[in-house]
Amino acid sequence: MNKTTLLCFTAALALMAGPALGQVKVKIGFVNTFSGPNATIGNDMRDAFELALDHLGRKMGGVDVEAIYEDDQQKPDVGKQKTEKLIQSDKVNFLTGYIWSNVLLASVKSAIDSQTFLISGNAGPSQLAGELCNPYFFSASWQNDQTPMAMGEALNQRGIKKIFIMAPNYAAGKDMAAGVKSTFKGEVVGEEYTKWPDQLDFSAELSKVRAARPDALFVFYPGAAGVQILNQYIQAGLKAQVPFYSAYTIDAITLPLQKDNALGALGTQSWVNDLQNDANKKFVADFRKKYNRMPSFYAAQQYDAVMLIDSAVRSVKGALGDKDGIRAALRKADFKSVRGEFKFNQNHFPIQNFYLQETVREASGELNLKTIATVFKDHKDLHQPKCQMKW
Amino acid sequence: MTILILEQSLNGLQLGLLLFLLAAGLTLVFGIMDLVNLAHGSMYMIGAFLAATFAGWTDSFILGALLALPATLLVGIVTEMICLRTLYPRDHLDQVLATFGLILFFNEAVRLIWGPAGMSLPLPQFLSTSVEILPDVRYPTYRLSIIGVGLAVAVFLYVLVQRTRLGMLIRAGASNREMIGALGIDIKLLYTLVFGLGAALAALAGLMAAPILTAQIGMGENILILSFVVIVIGGIGSIRGAFVAALIVGMIDTVGRAFLPELLRLFLDRAAAATAAPAISSMLIYMLMAAILVLRPQGLFPAPGK
Repeated sequence: MNKTTLLCFTAALALMAGPALGQVKVKIGFVNTFSGPNATIGNDMRDAFELALDHLGRKMGGVDVEAIYEDDQQKPDVGKQKTEKLIQSDKVNFLTGYIWSNVLLASVKSAIDSQTFLISGNAGPSQLAGELCNPYFFSASWQNDQTPMAMGEALNQRGIKKIFIMAPNYAAGKDMAAGVKSTFKGEVVGEEYTKWPDQLDFSAELSKVRAARPDALFVFYPGAAGVQILNQYIQAGLKAQVPFYSAYTIDAITLPLQKDNALGALGTQSWVNDLQNDANKKFVADFRKKYNRMPSFYAAQQYDAVMLIDSAVRSVKGALGDKDGIRAALRKADFKSVRGEFKFNQNHFPIQNFYLQETVREASGELNLKTIATVFKDHKDLHQPKCQMKW
Repeated sequence: MTILILEQSLNGLQLGLLLFLLAAGLTLVFGIMDLVNLAHGSMYMIGAFLAATFAGWTDSFILGALLALPATLLVGIVTEMICLRTLYPRDHLDQVLATFGLILFFNEAVRLIWGPAGMSLPLPQFLSTSVEILPDVRYPTYRLSIIGVGLAVAVFLYVLVQRTRLGMLIRAGASNREMIGALGIDIKLLYTLVFGLGAALAALAGLMAAPILTAQIGMGENILILSFVVIVIGGIGSIRGAFVAALIVGMIDTVGRAFLPELLRLFLDRAAAATAAPAISSMLIYMLMAAILVLRPQGLFPAPGK
């Protein structure tokens, strides 16, 4: 082989590879917490993300998918850095993940400024549903206030007149308290906001709950803190005096640590593992088969987020530069959600049902969450009127 | 209201005694061996994880706790012999770097052995209830028993340090290291013992905190900062200082969280008070530390000879 042939051969190879390298992959940046006590949530969402990719054959609209994982360490500044790294050096087409509202609020501007679609897998701060709503931001989960609003309504239905609210002092904690107060018709006899995320001993606050003598205690303590608040509530002997109601505090991740302490406790959620639809049955069965444990609601939402991205990429046939086409397709939400019917409101937050769930012991002896009632049907969040976006 | 104050005082006392267990070991190691040991929090974590494991094997919280103490003592002694011996003559900054490295090592080791999820340490039935301390006032039995154990350890340490030969050597070591070496005391052995004792005290704190907080990776770091605040306030090397300062810090932290929101509500609106109170109450102990550093830099009860 002489030099010229070799050169031609190389050039031909390069030409063949050229277009393939240019647009061969859908790159999805996944920002989540993979270290510290709440790494279990990040891992659960990553497992769901991987399961969704397995179900899609690791392709979207015929194009290979590349997932890039980044750890936000549950810190807003780190989350922002990692988001910018994904945008600038990895040139991702989509961003997803985001457990924490404060991390999301710090990161979202970088995504919007670079016109990268961000689909939140969990966090739903009120600002992004209202005045900060944006054509490049979608939520595959809920707006923070909605789940506690459902709880407020459930408390009304159960005839509860006086509640005490406990939540961490950060963006989501305030949304949760505002949510429950917006629907609860009785009196809020006390509110405590604790330092987040490092305060894990709630003795002083639980003493105040006892002194205030409410009919019910409502708490929002996601992740590891949910184990501690529930255990300390039980140890304080409050169970006999003040029943425990919660949002995002008892789930498939915390249950193995909360054990019997969680029995009978009620919470609200937009997804429960026993929802009767085909997508959900497949998701729960395959998740249990692959990872040998129950998926949490975090996992379910992340699974939906991937399926939502897939529906958009399929609709534009892999033309990832077509941002308007992608947005139009995302708004249609043409995919089989594990929550059954799924549609977006004008502010890119889902309109969906909220359920009351209870911790029960299955016949097999294991603890599980079970739907006992539908509190809201097709519920919309309160902040949408503040959003200027129309479509 | 008096009932609430009583309950909150007990909460403060309980937190203070937990802090004391950690700070006692830290102040001994710092005061006697002149070693800044950031890895003290790791012993707290290891104590919690070992207790949870042993309790799982033996099906008994008490047995688990009793096994975890000597096990962590052993971990402490091995760590001292392998990693820390060479650091004593070195600069404080070198010690900080090396023991910070140990924190990372222990955190990753725990993740490898026990996984990232953490472990719960269930309490036996008789501890997981509450008792009536006054008519119509209930308090968690377990928190009361933490107070009991903390006070017992304080008495034990007092007797050990003030009334025994080992205690005499420890006090001498805190005052003048060269001199006790010159008097023919095996200072290496003394150091190893003191470090092991510190590790066991940290483990005791960790395993008592575990049923309340669950055993988590990195659980030692937050409380380590508080323990350093305690030994700075109390005076480095002084067990008595650590005891008094730990109670002060525990009380201030709890009372701040308990009553500051109501206090702020007197001159702020409800929402602003609810937001500002947790922030200010978490600052209170650092303000106290700053004040002590300005007014009495050697601490409240400095070890004699320092």
